[in-house]
Amino acid sequence: MATKLKEVDVVVVGLGWTGGILSKELTEAGLKVVALERGSLPSPGKDFAVPYIRDELRYVLRHELMQNAARDTLTIRNNPSQEALPMRRLGSFLPGEGVGGSGTHWSGHTWRWTDMEFKVRSMYEERYGKSFIPADMTIQDWGITYDELEPYYDKFEYTAAVSGKAGNIKGQIQPGGNPFEAPRARDYALPALTPILSGVMFAEAAKNNGYHPFPRPSANASRAYTNPDGSKYGACQYCGYCQRFGCEANAKGSPLVSVIPIAMRNPNFELRTNSWVTKVLKDSDGKRVTGVTYTNVLNGEEFEQPAGIVLLCAYAINNVHLMLLSDIGAPYDPVAQTGVVGKNYCYQNGVGATLFFEDKSFNPFISAGGSNVTIDDFNINWAFDRGPHGFVGGYNVAGGFNSALPIGYRPVPRGTPQWGKSWKAATAKWYQTAMTINASGSVAANRYNCFDLDPTYRNAFGQPLMRMTFDYKENEQKMGRHAAALVNTIAKSMNPTRLNEASSRDSWTVVPYQSTHNTGGTIMGTNPRDSVLNKYLQSWDCHNLFVVGANVFPHNASYNPTGPVGALAYWTADAIKNVYRKNPGPLVHA
Amino acid sequence: MDDQSFDRRNFLKGAVVGGAAAAAGTVAVAPTAEAQAQQPAAAAAAPASPAYSFLNIEEAAFVEALVDHMIPADDLTPKGTDIGLNIYIDRALAGGWGKGERLYMQGPWKRGTPNQGYQLPLTPAALYRSGIKATNAHCLKTYGKSFDALNEQQREEVLVDLSTAKITFSDGLPVRTFWATVYQTVMEGMFSDPIYGGNRDKTGWKLIGFPGVIAVHRDNVEKYRGKKYTADALGIADLS
Repeated sequence: MATKLKEVDVVVVGLGWTGGILSKELTEAGLKVVALERGSLPSPGKDFAVPYIRDELRYVLRHELMQNAARDTLTIRNNPSQEALPMRRLGSFLPGEGVGGSGTHWSGHTWRWTDMEFKVRSMYEERYGKSFIPADMTIQDWGITYDELEPYYDKFEYTAAVSGKAGNIKGQIQPGGNPFEAPRARDYALPALTPILSGVMFAEAAKNNGYHPFPRPSANASRAYTNPDGSKYGACQYCGYCQRFGCEANAKGSPLVSVIPIAMRNPNFELRTNSWVTKVLKDSDGKRVTGVTYTNVLNGEEFEQPAGIVLLCAYAINNVHLMLLSDIGAPYDPVAQTGVVGKNYCYQNGVGATLFFEDKSFNPFISAGGSNVTIDDFNINWAFDRGPHGFVGGYNVAGGFNSALPIGYRPVPRGTPQWGKSWKAATAKWYQTAMTINASGSVAANRYNCFDLDPTYRNAFGQPLMRMTFDYKENEQKMGRHAAALVNTIAKSMNPTRLNEASSRDSWTVVPYQSTHNTGGTIMGTNPRDSVLNKYLQSWDCHNLFVVGANVFPHNASYNPTGPVGALAYWTADAIKNVYRKNPGPLVHA
Repeated sequence: MDDQSFDRRNFLKGAVVGGAAAAAGTVAVAPTAEAQAQQPAAAAAAPASPAYSFLNIEEAAFVEALVDHMIPADDLTPKGTDIGLNIYIDRALAGGWGKGERLYMQGPWKRGTPNQGYQLPLTPAALYRSGIKATNAHCLKTYGKSFDALNEQQREEVLVDLSTAKITFSDGLPVRTFWATVYQTVMEGMFSDPIYGGNRDKTGWKLIGFPGVIAVHRDNVEKYRGKKYTADALGIADLS
């Protein structure tokens, strides 16, 4: 029997970037907030200290900072005719666990998604006609605009110590930045990171091919920085251990360095770690939620935490899982095409080439999390005519390194033996002398790519696992082929000694790692018939429930998701503080 | 609140002195690097008789033969057992990973599609054990000897057949899954930090020019752009 606790104003489920931002903002507005986090609380000074943090086996291969699949995982399949089976160990994506969440182990790439995503259906229909969008492609407008979100992007970038070079300030194109980006009010918080050789070479090749290279905006502080809240960042040390690791220099934009400690100093805030939320509770008529139940995973004790407002701020996948387990909103059925919860799960598409140069030394282990030079000519450049190529969406292309740790990264030309003396000689020869060019592509929503509850498998709490059904469709396959051809063209123009050409990925597999950019499932939109949340990430069904994270994206862009995830968290915080709190009820009338 | 308490003083200390802490790292690295350079390069020879905590006699013979074949001695490195790959594998299988920590182990068990990944009802240690038995059974049938007793050419043939799934194990164990696990552990032993028993004397890192746990490269980005960075590789134990 769960012990019922005293009601609080707000309960936050999951304390990473979104939970941290909302906890800080709402406690400062005078609300009493309790945050429930299933993992523990790392202390950067102790847990991320050199030399112990510099351990590829522990953090990359053994997933020290990640969710434990033994306790909870997903079942997976490529299409509804298959039987889904458990993802028995993490692979394709790596959700974080513990206070800080994936905001601890990310690389920091921070993008502003534009109206090319937010108005995706209307823009494509206007330019190419309704028939350009296949019948099973369930893309839809998001109900929000870039202009509405711009101040919140700015706020997140300045909070998270994003280093970069503006390409468009108030409509003025800035040399050296991304000329295709939407107008921003001001430059990045910090100047761009110092370029590495692979980035310099890629930039030159991209320019020679007529494209527009710019340094990737990244929450790796290019110099010591104090953000507007007074949080202090150290300067990035280009240590090469960014992705999958906590940062010992406090140079990575992380909620553990910024918003969370501020919330924790506020007497209105209480954190309960090792607290696994199993359900959101509804009142008898289903119009409001009343709180959550959770288990203390240290002793198995169950609690009910009543709250006036419930904020789901866990990893995107876990937010959707909780909505399905709590029976809030109609579950989506891809065959009947009814319901909304679980709809429009999307992932990302990617291709990569490896270039070998006998006479170069790249020192690939000297890199920041965002040491890439990028081009957006085939991404948010609306002048790029998709018509002849027949796909919706786009891809960005980048040269450089984020990580070159040797268990995972040992480039050799294709055809090299896998062991023995010649393997050894090739591995020794090419580790220092290779670089990569990668493209990351968007994924358009498809009616068959979705989540629901698995009929067979259960987690450690006896609850059904969530079932993920996903595959790349013709749209992504066409884009993948286009991206591979482009990457290979740029690569060949650089005259490498040897080249492992890029090729498109036609089907999704759970191994190896691809990206932790899972989106959709509880999507935002303009009406309750085709979305779960309104533009303020408020549930259409229960007005005191907000669901924050990449699970709200109706489709996935080629960009990393954390920019709009952070911006939308601030946007939702403002809506709650300034409007909802004074007049609780639906913020948008259906 | 004790279980949720948070060492705020240390947390803030960490947050505030981030840059300084990193800079202090430079100071710590330099003398250790020097000390390191003064040590004889190949200090560590293999112990005469390695002690195992998971592998039995048959399995140890298999693993020793395997790592010595995959990583043979030449002018680039000593052979696999001389750099501790057998020790790494034994410890990995004996430890949490080998015992299936973080592996979802509830049934029902189905074969699944290759896209669905690992679906065996076996921990990595149990998979290794069954795979060694099945490989030796194949070797006995084909060559009349266990893997460790084969000559170099026969060992090569077995590994090629394992890696291309030309061998089918008669007990139903999927050969591709066994090989993928074997290959992964050999590479982990070669390139993980020496604290795990492999990569002895940082041989794997020295082979490719990876500097290990070097703390700071901020000044090296420009200094070494286009030039090969050459510092002695440092492991966790060197800086502890």
